[in-house]
Amino acid sequence: MHEVDITQPDLFDVAIVGGGVIGCALARRFTLDGATVVLLEKAPDILDGASKGNSGILHTGFDAPPGSLEAACIAEGYREYLEIRERLNLPVIRCGALVIAWTDEETAALPGLVDQAIRNGVADVEPLTAAETRRLEPGLGAGLRASFRVPREYLIDPWAAPHAYLLQAIVNGAWLRRGCEVTGGDFDGTAWRLATTLGSIRARVVVNAAGLYGDILDERLIGRRDFTIRPRKGQFVVYDKPAASLASHILLPVPGKTTKGIVVCRTAYGNLLVGPTAEDQEDRREAALEPETLRALSRRGEEILPALAGHDVTAIYAGLRPATEFKDYQIRLHADRNYVTVGGIRSTGLSSALGTARHVHGLCAAFGFSATPLAEPAWPMVGMMCETEQRDWQRPGNGGIVCHCERVTRREVEEAITGPLAAGSLAGVKRRTRVTMGRCQGFYCTADLAAMTRDRLVVPMAGGGHGA
Amino acid sequence: MAPSIPRSCDVAVIGAGPAGLAAAAELKARGVASVIVLDREAGPGGIPRHCDHYPFGLREFRRLLKGPAYAARLVGRAEAAGVDIRAGVTVTALRPGPVLEVSTADGLVEIAARAVLLATGVRETSRAARLIGGTKPGGVMPTGALQGLVHLDAIKPFDKPVVLGTELVSFSALLTCRHAGIRPVAMIEPGPRATARWPASLLPRLMGIPLLTGTEVAAIEGDGWVEAVTIREPGGTTRRIPTDGVVVTGRFVPEASLLRTSHLELDAGTGGPSIDQFGRCSDPAYFAAGNLLRPVETAGWSWNEGRLVGRAMADALAGRLPSSGGGVRVVVAGKPLKYVLPQRIVANGAPGSHACFQLRVSEAAAGRLALRLDGAELWGRRLSSLPERRITVPLDVLGAWSTGLAEFVVGKRSA
Repeated sequence: MHEVDITQPDLFDVAIVGGGVIGCALARRFTLDGATVVLLEKAPDILDGASKGNSGILHTGFDAPPGSLEAACIAEGYREYLEIRERLNLPVIRCGALVIAWTDEETAALPGLVDQAIRNGVADVEPLTAAETRRLEPGLGAGLRASFRVPREYLIDPWAAPHAYLLQAIVNGAWLRRGCEVTGGDFDGTAWRLATTLGSIRARVVVNAAGLYGDILDERLIGRRDFTIRPRKGQFVVYDKPAASLASHILLPVPGKTTKGIVVCRTAYGNLLVGPTAEDQEDRREAALEPETLRALSRRGEEILPALAGHDVTAIYAGLRPATEFKDYQIRLHADRNYVTVGGIRSTGLSSALGTARHVHGLCAAFGFSATPLAEPAWPMVGMMCETEQRDWQRPGNGGIVCHCERVTRREVEEAITGPLAAGSLAGVKRRTRVTMGRCQGFYCTADLAAMTRDRLVVPMAGGGHGA
Repeated sequence: MAPSIPRSCDVAVIGAGPAGLAAAAELKARGVASVIVLDREAGPGGIPRHCDHYPFGLREFRRLLKGPAYAARLVGRAEAAGVDIRAGVTVTALRPGPVLEVSTADGLVEIAARAVLLATGVRETSRAARLIGGTKPGGVMPTGALQGLVHLDAIKPFDKPVVLGTELVSFSALLTCRHAGIRPVAMIEPGPRATARWPASLLPRLMGIPLLTGTEVAAIEGDGWVEAVTIREPGGTTRRIPTDGVVVTGRFVPEASLLRTSHLELDAGTGGPSIDQFGRCSDPAYFAAGNLLRPVETAGWSWNEGRLVGRAMADALAGRLPSSGGGVRVVVAGKPLKYVLPQRIVANGAPGSHACFQLRVSEAAAGRLALRLDGAELWGRRLSSLPERRITVPLDVLGAWSTGLAEFVVGKRSA
């Protein structure tokens, strides 16, 4: 792999631990601001933890706790995403959201939520009666009481965004080390020496963006933990593309005390998803799917959109959010040790990542390191997987379609396994292209894909040395 | 390089499997000038391409062939008849006209045809659609993927998988395993008995593979790759079976995604297009044949259906087919019946491509199968059937009616 061939710098300005959406945004921010950056990811590819499964919504932060760090980071992250997305070829579907009350109790909670939205600077929310709501979304089920519309809640591609952030960092000089777990480290007063599974790495500043392992990394590096990760599992059911026509808005419930509740929305890829659940568990690695829970999600989906009954399920997945005992983000500066912890980014990381990165970069001024922002950074374009945009299968020279359900072309797969951010595993190819993620789940394209990727993935497709 | 795809033709066939190729050859034999077959796979032949076992070809070629040889013969026969076969191109939209939107390596093109045959076949129901719990490791795949890996790419994805399902295709998966030196550790069936008929159901015993009936997979386990499955046995007890693969077989559904986003009418029972006895869809310029019509029939059955619908299409182009308007709508009353096709009988029941109604049950059924027209019984007979077993009823039991609603019902044995 490219990342182990070339001699790496002896001393980086910043080492970021964790290749989730936050780590990717941090790598981009520090690189664009002139720092030499290395991102360390213990898995074979990035986006292997909390960022693996989310709902793909760009939130305005209308329901964040007013005055919280989370609210500020979401607002800034939202703004910057829209500012940079075209140059990185990232999509946005400007669909808006409806926060829907189905019970008396929920109806009573709506005015408070509207007020909260306004206090969060989301002033364009519109309260709607049941009839007005139904005019906007004729497919909604019985029992609808009232709602309010949040016009600037949008859909984005949850995988393309972090890939684009990290790719921009890399083409502007950042380093990526995958399969690189940080096992310990020392700070000598001016710089860190990190012990990793790929050897020792030196950096002036260390940023802990280890997500589900944030508290463990703190323990390893600074000998204390200021919070405890309490993994919260979210299961999702994804319906096939014809179901996407059943709702145009993101359909949000009135949030409960601890979670945002079950959302029904389209995806950038043209499907319809129902989820997530919120289930606390100990395991940080495995998010097991439970048929009973998935069936319950389907039933809830069918209550919200009755026409969903009879549509095909194309995918099921579960993600883990790095919740903590605290409500807000846990961003802590350890100025005496050139160390920042970016923890507890539990469910709004995709929306806030760019803002969180700016905030953390600002905090690092306390370490007294200054760098000159890049005058003319490169802006690489990532592949476009969004159904509402022009896709590669519609363009000449695509090499033909490999994955028929998601219409992924040979050229797209080829691009996913080459270049500076080449996928290291089939999971990585899937997250870059959506290959095998459609209704047939590999019935048609597995063989073709195996032939294309043979000997070109770090983790072979046919599994632990089973290739014949 | 093949010359670029023609932008117009008499007949465009979507899908180069047994039904599509048989129809194309028949159309040429009946003098239709330009017939083009489009297939999104890298090569023509359809599912038999990767079914490297017997028995194929008895009906079509009067000899016993393995799938790949059979597919090659079908392709050869169509090419000899003058059919223009294009693989590696994907039809992405069906429009009135008919006009097809086609994605090629060189971008999008449109093909205008006088008539279109849809023959896109079936696929298996995925692990996701079955809501099987557990983690999502590698090594879980449908039979189609397993056979593609083994027969098209010579890759052995695992050594000791479990096989879910006991349909014909499940036994096809066992044969593929045997061919590749893969030793399945169990065959798992939620129902009380194997779905496929004897002698296929003898195969696990011959191969020394335990057949676990009344058993469900509760969860799949493994991080990067499958490590085990947890099964729930008839008494409700659970057991862990170490394994390095899960073959999720059968429960076929028509590959109807093109239809779902088109102007054509879909039948909820079959999951395929709604057709009349000539194989015509709700837009009479579109025809359909083969397993797209229903889950699931043999290659030979699909081939024959393709041939007969091809004949009807030639008649249609020559202006010899009766109007598609009106007719009797044919439905099933509900459980235990799963579907019936053709769904419309036009022209007072004039003979067409389909001589029989095809029905299936969704659960084991015993009783009296009857056909009622607007509530009055026209016909009946004893029925005893299991899911995935072919049930046929001659079309002429309906008689020469021009309109109405015909309904198949299953009632108590004494009528």
